[in-house]
Amino acid sequence: MAGMVEVNHLTKYYGNFPAIEDVSFEVKRGEIVGFLGPNGAGKTTTMRIITGFLPPTSGTASVAGYDLVDKSREARAHIGYLPETVPLYTDMTVESYLGFMGTIRGMDSKRIKVRTGEVIDACRLGDYRRSHIGKLSKGFRQRVGIAQAVLHEPDVLILDEPTIGIDPIQVVETRQLIKDLSGSHTVILSTHILPEVSMLCNRVLIIHEGSIVAEDTPRDLANKLQGVERLEAEVQGPPAEVAEALGKIRGVREVAIATDNPNHNIFKIQARRGLDLRPTVSRIIVNNGWSLLNLQLVSMSLEEIFLKLTTEEDVDA
Amino acid sequence: MRNTLAIAWKEIRGYFTSPVAYVVALIFVALAGYFFVRSVDSILTGANFPEASMRETLTQISIFILPWLAPVLTMRLLAEEQKIGTIELLLTSPVRDWEVVLGKFLAAMTFFIATLALTFWYVLMLEWRGNPDMGPLLSGYLGIVLYGGAAIAVGLLASSFTSNQIVAAVMSLGILVLLTFLEVAADQVTGVTSTIVGQMGMTTHFDDFIRGVIDTGNIVYYISLTAVFLFLTVRSLETRRWR
Repeated sequence: MAGMVEVNHLTKYYGNFPAIEDVSFEVKRGEIVGFLGPNGAGKTTTMRIITGFLPPTSGTASVAGYDLVDKSREARAHIGYLPETVPLYTDMTVESYLGFMGTIRGMDSKRIKVRTGEVIDACRLGDYRRSHIGKLSKGFRQRVGIAQAVLHEPDVLILDEPTIGIDPIQVVETRQLIKDLSGSHTVILSTHILPEVSMLCNRVLIIHEGSIVAEDTPRDLANKLQGVERLEAEVQGPPAEVAEALGKIRGVREVAIATDNPNHNIFKIQARRGLDLRPTVSRIIVNNGWSLLNLQLVSMSLEEIFLKLTTEEDVDA
Repeated sequence: MRNTLAIAWKEIRGYFTSPVAYVVALIFVALAGYFFVRSVDSILTGANFPEASMRETLTQISIFILPWLAPVLTMRLLAEEQKIGTIELLLTSPVRDWEVVLGKFLAAMTFFIATLALTFWYVLMLEWRGNPDMGPLLSGYLGIVLYGGAAIAVGLLASSFTSNQIVAAVMSLGILVLLTFLEVAADQVTGVTSTIVGQMGMTTHFDDFIRGVIDTGNIVYYISLTAVFLFLTVRSLETRRWR
């Protein structure tokens, strides 16, 4: 089997509004893939299609080899899911809730008993097994949500924003919990928090306005953009000539003109790592008789890569 | 079937963890008790030897209690799942849609029958002081259970349409009142129309049961009505999944 989760040309319209368009990716067994994107990018929609809650408008999705439309129930049997809102039956106790979820996932009562004990320990819910879910804090509910998702030891774990809306200590705990679980599961998690992705995931898919705009390991993604120093120079002068002159400087890899304004342009310069070209650049511009209006070193954190990849005007970068 | 029973059991427990079950049972018993006393008390009925039967009581229950009891018992079942989003986890579990619907239906039925069982006390009183004819009494109970099943199926459908419990309750109340009074409406028209409208009414098919007649046609009527509404509920759930 190629991938645990395979998604091909998935498109979903809500009325005339495209929530996702032509999304394709594959997740292999044991991989942890992060779905990164701002709110409204289409993360939840994609996850709802993979879990069989929503049908795609076109395209296909399969889990463990079962198509989510034709073999929905078989596919769903392989999935553990935590929706973003962590919907739980508030009038049930933690234990009876897990028992119920186990039953409707086809576990026998013996296995439910064993696994309930295990996940309650793993999610540190021991003191609350007989508490009503409605009385638990947000962080504990999150744990119950994760507990039900992993209860039946699914092949694929789908977690929609698992650390949203809980306090920082709980965030750390939840991440650790996901990390602990990741060894045996294929995990797809969505988030709009970058450090979370680099902490947890082998691979990251960046989704923006319904399309995947980048796909790589978190480190390669960073390296790709961090292997260079970036300068931005705002120059008054003939664009083509300025660009040519800047391109001749030793160590410069690329010069791009960001604004197209007859004689007032921002030039984006990429240079070899570790070089500070500011003195050279300023000297050359002044020596050519142009005016240097602004010159700054642009550093690229992962946060900015994300912004770069997901900000409208930079999508083509 | 296992899924169905698990869902039914969860909902039955749900009834008893909320005050709804107790309030509903209390009002039910109070009203049924009033109907019973009215039907057997010699002063109230104006007869020296009132009939020792549950006829009046069961008829009144069918007209004055079931149209609100069924909406109250069913309004939460699917609307709440949609409101708090638990439907997402329920429908992404490997359960079939009809298992969900049937499970919820069984839960409401169980609660309804349990509440109805509280009126057996009146039957015991009849046995003690009179000599009731057990035939019509048992067929009457069969009738009211079938009647209740159809009413609950209507309520379940309404609950699948919305995430608002009040809206669900009002919708099913409306449908049930309409179905209850179709027999009366049939008298206002004539000929074939009258027959058709009358036959659609829920009370029309109940009278035979009360009289001790178990007619296959009447049983088929209630069971088909139940099946149709449960089927529509399953479809409604599917469209929710496929929206």
